[in-house]
Amino acid sequence: MKAVTINQISKTYTVQKEKTIALDGVSFDADLGEIFGIIGPDGAGKSSLFRILTTLLLPDSGTANVMGYDVIKDYKNIRKKVGYMPGKFSLYQDLSVEENLEFFATIFNVKIKDNYQMIAPIYKQIEPFKDRKAGALSGGMKQKLALSCALIHKPDVLFLDEPTTGVDPVSRKEFWDMLSELKQHGLSIIVSTPYMDEANRCDRIALIQEGKFLSINQPNKIIKEFKRNLYSLESLNNRIALKALKEKNEIHSCHPFGEKLHITLKENQEIQFFENLLIQNKIEYQHLEKIEPGIEDCFMELMLSKQ
Amino acid sequence: MNELAIKAEKLSKNFGSFKAVDEISFDVKKGEVFGFLGANGAGKTTAMKMLIGISTPSSGKASIAGYDIYNETEKIKRNIGYMSQKFSLYDDLTIGENLRFFGGIYGLSRPDIKLNTEKVLDRLHLQKEKNALVKSLPLGWKQKLAFSAAMFHSPQIVFLDEPTGGVDPLTRREFWDMIYEAAELGTTIFVTTHYMDEAEYCNRISMMVDGKIEAMNSPKELKKQFNASSMDEVFLDLARKATRTGD
Repeated sequence: MKAVTINQISKTYTVQKEKTIALDGVSFDADLGEIFGIIGPDGAGKSSLFRILTTLLLPDSGTANVMGYDVIKDYKNIRKKVGYMPGKFSLYQDLSVEENLEFFATIFNVKIKDNYQMIAPIYKQIEPFKDRKAGALSGGMKQKLALSCALIHKPDVLFLDEPTTGVDPVSRKEFWDMLSELKQHGLSIIVSTPYMDEANRCDRIALIQEGKFLSINQPNKIIKEFKRNLYSLESLNNRIALKALKEKNEIHSCHPFGEKLHITLKENQEIQFFENLLIQNKIEYQHLEKIEPGIEDCFMELMLSKQ
Repeated sequence: MNELAIKAEKLSKNFGSFKAVDEISFDVKKGEVFGFLGANGAGKTTAMKMLIGISTPSSGKASIAGYDIYNETEKIKRNIGYMSQKFSLYDDLTIGENLRFFGGIYGLSRPDIKLNTEKVLDRLHLQKEKNALVKSLPLGWKQKLAFSAAMFHSPQIVFLDEPTGGVDPLTRREFWDMIYEAAELGTTIFVTTHYMDEAEYCNRISMMVDGKIEAMNSPKELKKQFNASSMDEVFLDLARKATRTGD
């Protein structure tokens, strides 16, 4: 059995006669015990997909199964099997930390102590504040409480919709460490994020843009699918170099990456050719090397190839 | 006098006994792209609210575009632009109406509003969409438009609070291209971000930890100072010293 199987799911919203395609025939499987990442910008269709899989939204067409149950016919069974942390804060602000947890345990008809072991590493960090109202918690603590509440009924599959959006790099890293730990309990995790650098924390990822998957694979395999030679250039003035290079016919793509530029060539020539091109065009640089692409390089290359 | 766009000296904000911002001092030069970084809860938002003149400091001094942060907040507001990820434009107004609104509240004349609107629509290739409601635009376009709206009255300084959160990688770079264009024309940019590659696009960066500025320099010098290969490492190194949690 798979944790999630979806086949040709489409969803369109109509607002004031204007049609917006949220999902355009997407398909994927997530294995049991896998961390499956859905990576893409806001508005790509991530939340619609999560709402369909958690039985809160009906697809226009296509089929979807979670733990072997159909999202339309067997929605009641799915709701018992999944935990869901929506993108926006989902807790009751006027209830205390403990009351929130108690509430979620009660609706799923479980006792906190029966599943305390699984949530303990997370919940222990906020337990000293258990009498504080959820609305008065800091962002990081709210996130930990929401995760505890989504886990209290021992779900088989956990759906996390953009749990790290707007969160600083340190807290993001801590959150992913928590997920890796939860995976040890055999939990299947479907998680979405707009941060490309989080791809490497997933077993497999789907890159999503405008309602379509650009690629689905293990992060290192997506990187292997990047067929062009990628060069990293440290120039004396990146803005001038960027402008000059973008006008050259030989250049396929040129993007700033921090203090460097990442460049690919149309004919995929070797580094010597590129060096000559730089010299011919009097582009001064300190350092040039061929590098391995990252997921963000892959994402942009796939975006450009679809345009 | 105006070589410095922002000058802050021992600026503090307390909430009861909690020192949200604890004696921060820094200068931002005219036309500089200044990155204001820190973990959630470090005090960035509180500091920014003081700098844009909507929160009175508990102590310390600061001048923004040459105006005093205590007595001249109205002048400050007229001379700065502001955009955040959360609020930027009115969804139920069209693109043209949004720009007219921003021009109007900053007191621009009708001919100026018309002229600037044309410039923005040309720059963003949005001429055809002029009468489209903002809510129908993709996020990336919205953010670029929001930046143009914040720049509409030609402010001396523009404050950008996580302007690119959730934006796709290509649009994120186009957005930074617009930031550089504005800086080259002399606008000072004060920007917060959680993307560490964007931190490297800034001329200088400050890092806030527990209400204090713990490091301030160019990205290159910071990496040297912390013996780090990326800004991500610098950030992790500094933010781990924090004893406060969350925001």
